[in-house]
Amino acid sequence: MDVRKESKAGPTKNRTEVERKSERELVVTRTVNAPARLVFEAWTQADLFRRWWVPKSYGLTLLSCEMDVRVGGQYRLVFRHEGSTMEFFGTYLEVTPHSRLVWTNEEGEDGETGNTVTTVTFDEIEGKTRLVVHDLYPSKEAIDSGSTGALPEALDQLDELLASLGSGTETR
Amino acid sequence: MVQYSQAQFDASFGALSDATRRGVLEQLGQGDASITALADRFHMTLTGMKKHIGVLEQAGLVTTQKVGRVRICKLGQRGLEEEAAWIERYRKLWAARFDELDIVVEELKRKDEENGR
Repeated sequence: MDVRKESKAGPTKNRTEVERKSERELVVTRTVNAPARLVFEAWTQADLFRRWWVPKSYGLTLLSCEMDVRVGGQYRLVFRHEGSTMEFFGTYLEVTPHSRLVWTNEEGEDGETGNTVTTVTFDEIEGKTRLVVHDLYPSKEAIDSGSTGALPEALDQLDELLASLGSGTETR
Repeated sequence: MVQYSQAQFDASFGALSDATRRGVLEQLGQGDASITALADRFHMTLTGMKKHIGVLEQAGLVTTQKVGRVRICKLGQRGLEEEAAWIERYRKLWAARFDELDIVVEELKRKDEENGR
């Protein structure tokens, strides 16, 4: 039996949409049933951010999460995944309270093509917040290989996909 | 799930082992293109691109159609499925993440209300 706990926000989850906008851009949109002020808080306070950024269902442990949310400030996330650790870090380029966050993803930096830049906009409409997460990859290759910007889960999935597409080709 | 024969699988693996061919698939994911345009885009000769397209076509990743004097390439069924699957996996990650965000934000909302706002 499925007894739903109805909250004021309603039982149905809002739809997450992903669009491959161009060969270098991925855009994710989602509405959150709360004012931008609160949603922004959840994106900018490390103790809150770490609670949702890594979905529980993905089996990753977030070992540490440091965020110095101001222009020029750094963030660093350390994960444990299957016996090893991974670090994701970068710099905040823009911090506009309740409306806009921009940061770089520097872990995949190769010096030539630059970093993936993530822009998050918070657009409040009638007490709800429309979130748009825009990833601009330095190159088409980066988006395809998952070498930058993407999160560990996404990387794993990309690797899986690439493996399923192209495994074994080197030895043929 | 669509089942592919071993031969088709081998063809796909071969087709996707090459960075240019993967690039071509990504490009076609954005829209159909002529072989000439693709050759231009990837800085190679028409003959070179024709070869790549041939390999992709063999693997069912790309289909081509002659329109007047131009040969237009588009993603084949298998290519489309891969593109869709990739996006769907990415979407699922974000959906899961946002569901957790909802929980955190609901908690903030409750606290906010308790504080008499």
